Amino acid sequence: MKLRGDNALFRRSELLGLLAFATLILVMLPAALDIFRLNLVGKYLTYAFVTIGLVVCWGYAGILSLGQGIFFGLGGYCMAMFLKLEASSVENTKIQSTPGIPDFMDWNQLTALPWFWKPFENLGVTLAAVVLVPTLFAFIIGAAMFKRRVGGVYFAIITQAVALILTILIVGQQGYTGGINGITDLRTLKGWDIRSDGAKLTLYYIECGLLLAAIVATQLVTRSKLGRILVAMRDKEDRVRFSGYSVSSFKIFAFCFAAALAALGGAMFTLQVGFMSPSFVGIVPSIEMVIYTAVGGRSSILGSVCGALLVNFAKTRLSESFPELWLFGLGALFVVVVLSFPEGLAGVYRSSAPRLARSFVAKLRALWRTPMTRSLDHELAE
Amino acid sequence: MSTHQDFLLSVEALSVSFDGFKAVDDVSLYVEPNEIRVIIGPNGAGKTTVLDLICGKTRATSGSIRFRDKELTRMSENGIVEAGVGRKFQNPSIYDDLTVFENLEISYPRGRSVLGALLFRRDRAVRERIEEIAETIYLADQLAERAEYLSHGQKQWLEIGMLLIQDPELLMLDEPVAGMSVSERRNTAELLNKIIVGRSVLVIEHDMKFVEDIAHRVTVLHQGKVLSEGSMEHVKTDPKVVEVYLGH
Repeated sequence: MKLRGDNALFRRSELLGLLAFATLILVMLPAALDIFRLNLVGKYLTYAFVTIGLVVCWGYAGILSLGQGIFFGLGGYCMAMFLKLEASSVENTKIQSTPGIPDFMDWNQLTALPWFWKPFENLGVTLAAVVLVPTLFAFIIGAAMFKRRVGGVYFAIITQAVALILTILIVGQQGYTGGINGITDLRTLKGWDIRSDGAKLTLYYIECGLLLAAIVATQLVTRSKLGRILVAMRDKEDRVRFSGYSVSSFKIFAFCFAAALAALGGAMFTLQVGFMSPSFVGIVPSIEMVIYTAVGGRSSILGSVCGALLVNFAKTRLSESFPELWLFGLGALFVVVVLSFPEGLAGVYRSSAPRLARSFVAKLRALWRTPMTRSLDHELAE
Repeated sequence: MSTHQDFLLSVEALSVSFDGFKAVDDVSLYVEPNEIRVIIGPNGAGKTTVLDLICGKTRATSGSIRFRDKELTRMSENGIVEAGVGRKFQNPSIYDDLTVFENLEISYPRGRSVLGALLFRRDRAVRERIEEIAETIYLADQLAERAEYLSHGQKQWLEIGMLLIQDPELLMLDEPVAGMSVSERRNTAELLNKIIVGRSVLVIEHDMKFVEDIAHRVTVLHQGKVLSEGSMEHVKTDPKVVEVYLGH
């Protein structure tokens, strides 16, 4: 029966796409780029974690979150706190009035490490916190909103507000958070210098592994019945509710899942770029992340990853040459994509790929046939 | 006077007001097991609101709705579904982006929690049950088709099928034959006669021929109140009903 194949995790075309992508990031890019450029690609890929989450949250469940920077930032900050504590050993900070605490705390007349910094002295706790803190925060926001049936535009605006509040909080509490500069001057991870070229390459591969795992995990979610329920919910929320599902639980799940992935991206960002600051938490980065997803295709996992890569690549190129024009360009790109290509690049690919492939094959055939038939004609003539 | 236990559904002194407007006003209604009850009444009589109240879509201002031994007015919508109440909406309410098979699968009463949905496997039992239901609702050949490409009548059947797969004890149908062609209407009547076996059904319908065919008892609502109740014969000859329907 034709429905049987539906149980497979990947369709054949998806599997080919994933293999092509894995080859690109694992083999081709490391071979073609120097370590500086590869590190840039690694930075772009941290946003791919966010866009994959947005595919589930926005593309599938229809929940537009304009606050993914919150979770990206929280994940990044958790990682940065550990690295900062390691960089602030008594030996490294002996010129401070209170040695052994991060430099920005000393500048702000703090004399002891605040209680919420203490757990981040432990790497295991930190790694757990990287995922758990943002996910728990998403759970609280999600439960508060979705249980009260707040959705759509209102939810989007509230996520914006939370992103703004968090930014203001981080900037305002300079002594505890590093303020507007963020947490900088990160050096080592358990004595391993993360600024060296070798470390950068290793971190890049770790990130690729995590990203591929995230793609497979997301595919598992979207291909399960849960994925179909999310789509059904986007279409007809009431019907799902009256089919016996707690709609709010499913929305909370989608939102938390997206938050956990964003947090993972944030932690990888800190490790590869070497600092974390409020400029990755607020409204603008959060909206940019949604734009990456829209450009790539909000219902395609790989499409959204490509969106993150391409837009970031363009951003680096264009904002170097025309810094004042970039934001306008980005806004225009978003409007054009949403109006003309609601399914993004993935949608364009899906609708035109079969036709392109067919014409390509036809051309190949024609090329191949011409000499063959000619020689055949020749033989026949003889 | 009977006790609660004799009835599958006991609606007592149910009222709801929207900004002072009493859409449903002190309605009492008792449905026995295996009974087919039809609610009729002019537009704005509060028929759909009564169904909304029973399935939890609208919250009652006062009164009680007991289903078996459960008080539905305090339960969540999904809790009410799990208790055994199924609801079909007036306009076909199906998932356009999913196939007929997936539409039915989502309604299959297993894996309704987040974890359950993640771990749900499309096994033989599920497949067979869906095929069986599809056969019943005349959509066996459309299983792989996207639901948005179905005709209006087929969409209505699909929604009935989605309820059927839940196997509810109380089935509530809001105008199941509205907007259907003559042949679709005939098929739907046949379908309803097939699926009402072994459960109580609460139907809202305007088509009197259809009502006469299926109703055990009829409740007439008018301006949020019960105007008359009894067999179709009784209701048809009730002077109050005649007045409301025919005017002075």
